[in-house]
Amino acid sequence: MPRATLIVGLGLASALATGACASKDLRDLYFGEAVYYANQGHYFEALERLDAELALHKGVDEPQRDSLHYHIGEAEFSVGDFELYYRMHHRAGHAIKAVLEGAVDENVRNEAAYRLARIHFQKDQAADALVALDRITGKVPVAIRDDVEFLRANVYLALGRPGDAAAVLKRLQSAQSLTGFAAYNLGIAMLQEGREQDAISQLDRAGQLKVSDAGPLAIRDKSNMLLGKLMLEATDFPHAQQYFDRVRLDGPFSNQALLSSGWADVSSQNFERAVVPWSILAKREVTDAAVQEALLALPYAYSKLNVHGRAAVLYGDALKSFGEELNKVDASIKSIADGRFLKALVREELQQDKGWVIRLRTLPDSPETFYLMQLMASNDFQTALQNYLDLEELRKKMAGWQKSLDAYEDMIRLRKQNYDPLLPGIDSQFRELDAQIRLRMEQRNHLQQRLHQLLVEPRPDLLANTDERIALDRIHAVEQALEHAHGANVDQLKQRVKRLKGTITWTLYTTYPERLTEAHEHLNALNADIAVLTKQYQEFVRTRQAAEHSYLGYGETISRLRTRAAEALQNVNQLMAQQGHLIETVAIDELKNRRARLEVYQTQARYAVADSYDRAAKTQAAPAPEQAAPAGGGH
Amino acid sequence: MRTLRKFWIATIAALGVLASASSVADASYREQMKGLDEQVQEVKSDVLSIAAELARLEERLLYPSNTHLAVFIALAERDTLRLDAVQIQIDGQPVAHSIYSFKELEALQKGGVQRIYTGNVTTGEHQIEVSIAGKLDTGKDYARTEHFAFTKGIEPKLIGVTLGSSQLQLGDW
Repeated sequence: MPRATLIVGLGLASALATGACASKDLRDLYFGEAVYYANQGHYFEALERLDAELALHKGVDEPQRDSLHYHIGEAEFSVGDFELYYRMHHRAGHAIKAVLEGAVDENVRNEAAYRLARIHFQKDQAADALVALDRITGKVPVAIRDDVEFLRANVYLALGRPGDAAAVLKRLQSAQSLTGFAAYNLGIAMLQEGREQDAISQLDRAGQLKVSDAGPLAIRDKSNMLLGKLMLEATDFPHAQQYFDRVRLDGPFSNQALLSSGWADVSSQNFERAVVPWSILAKREVTDAAVQEALLALPYAYSKLNVHGRAAVLYGDALKSFGEELNKVDASIKSIADGRFLKALVREELQQDKGWVIRLRTLPDSPETFYLMQLMASNDFQTALQNYLDLEELRKKMAGWQKSLDAYEDMIRLRKQNYDPLLPGIDSQFRELDAQIRLRMEQRNHLQQRLHQLLVEPRPDLLANTDERIALDRIHAVEQALEHAHGANVDQLKQRVKRLKGTITWTLYTTYPERLTEAHEHLNALNADIAVLTKQYQEFVRTRQAAEHSYLGYGETISRLRTRAAEALQNVNQLMAQQGHLIETVAIDELKNRRARLEVYQTQARYAVADSYDRAAKTQAAPAPEQAAPAGGGH
Repeated sequence: MRTLRKFWIATIAALGVLASASSVADASYREQMKGLDEQVQEVKSDVLSIAAELARLEERLLYPSNTHLAVFIALAERDTLRLDAVQIQIDGQPVAHSIYSFKELEALQKGGVQRIYTGNVTTGEHQIEVSIAGKLDTGKDYARTEHFAFTKGIEPKLIGVTLGSSQLQLGDW
């Protein structure tokens, strides 16, 4: 039943209208960035960022130390979500299945199963949707509890199990978020079940709900429209009239309701009353099919009231109007064939808000959109339009990427030009410095070892200062000279030398601890200098590496990317052409259909205007009204 | 009058034929649209993978890890500040500014984080200045500037600035 499908669509739209949300304690800024894009509806950028983060996370040796680790469940869930919003159902299905198969919390698993079911349902795979829904067990998050059951009911309806659907929908009648939707669908389920009287009572309830939001108000109108049509079919015209009267005059179904209300009056031979809704309708936007029918129906009602003069004038107006509309439709067909419709679609300013399809109508130079509002509101056509827009976005991105790749290659070339002559000289200088540094480092290590040894095995002589060392050397020389000397003073001199040596040795031994401390202090100072040197050394090595890495090893990546981007661009262009052609063909077909309808109306109006003038003339001559049988509903 | 009625019946019949022809065409178009939709999904997947590789290349080429600095903007939770603009200076040089649309502000309020700046700085000590302008929930204009010091090591540096009506907070990631 097509009516049920529409409500399912609305239900899902409301369920999907929730934004992504990062957790309160954000630990991974790039995940937050993906959420930022997603919250603005930029799902390509959101996926690009999140895919990169997840790939990095999977590539690290210790994922538990990676910042995304704290959000990994949320991130994997979000990928599926973003893909769903970006109309990548296949990948979204895979991502959600991966969450389902992972070791996740019951709440998360159930939410994933719900989303998977939703994807299957959107792809007309009701049986698979039910399998996914059956995986939901235990605790279901409160936020989706009613949505899960509503989806289950819709799946039952799609599978031709209206009894099961009705049982589920009955339980949902008090669900606030589904006010109107659940009531209407219950009526549909009952109708499918063959419980006509119950269905009428249920739709009657749905048609009188006290609601204020646009969605539920539209559903209420739809319930009344359906009831009115059911009553018309059952030739219960007074009730049909009553239900049509309940439909709001400013709602999306008001034109249809006014038209049907008139036909209900005509069916009960009340032509005078039929004039009222049709007069209102005939003054509305003439591109609407119901309005066009009213242009013809109104003079028909007057003719039935024997007001042939008025009827003739109105038929004349209708004829004129149909002629103008036919011109407009022809202009629209030509405009689409010239490619203007697609050009209008890709205008950036149109896509700033969710109602861009509606705003298309306000474009001054897009006559084609006047007759396409109904078509453009259909799910399939909107998907096709969105796909066309997405492809256009991809095309623009890839054109930008080609320029970026050109710029990168240029940058790499300039870097190479700059570094290639510089690096050999720098490397040679660095090798010299490196040899000196290594030598000094060895000396420092040697000193450190000796000082360490002194702690274990004290050697005061090793800590003598230069003066002391010179003095000791001289004493040693004198000692040696005195060894072979002869004379009266030799012994005395030896004693003096011994005293001198003793004095120095005394000084060395008594000041040994201070000297050792001082030596360590000097070593520490040296270590500080060495640390600065090491830092500079490492910085140089890094900078040297960075210089090389700034232009080496990119050639293959850039060339691969260029090829891939060129191939993808070719695919995008080809798909855009196909998608665009299909959109244009469907739109032109719709217009041709409307054209054919207008032609039928025009032929009838042409005949009726003559007939009415004829009758008006006859009535003037000899007024004798004839009552004919009603013509019946015309839609 | 009977003729007129016949005409109505003929009209309805003609419209009925048109409607049934159009529904057959609809089914055929629907199939074609579905087929194209599958192909569009594939091409999207392909382009996303190219985008990921390009982003990696861009990062390696333009922002090597030893100089890489990224500054992110977040809004304090449940803060009622209506942020209009943010300006960032690094070491006294203006490097980024952003004027927020309603959509962007809403994205931040819902927990999103904006990367306002990606660039390169040397290792060592640096200064960042964050200036914001907006409106308080009372409707009063609000402006604030804060300075923070940060150290850039050899690894990429990520700075998160949380903005609120009472303070600007610098976080290290």
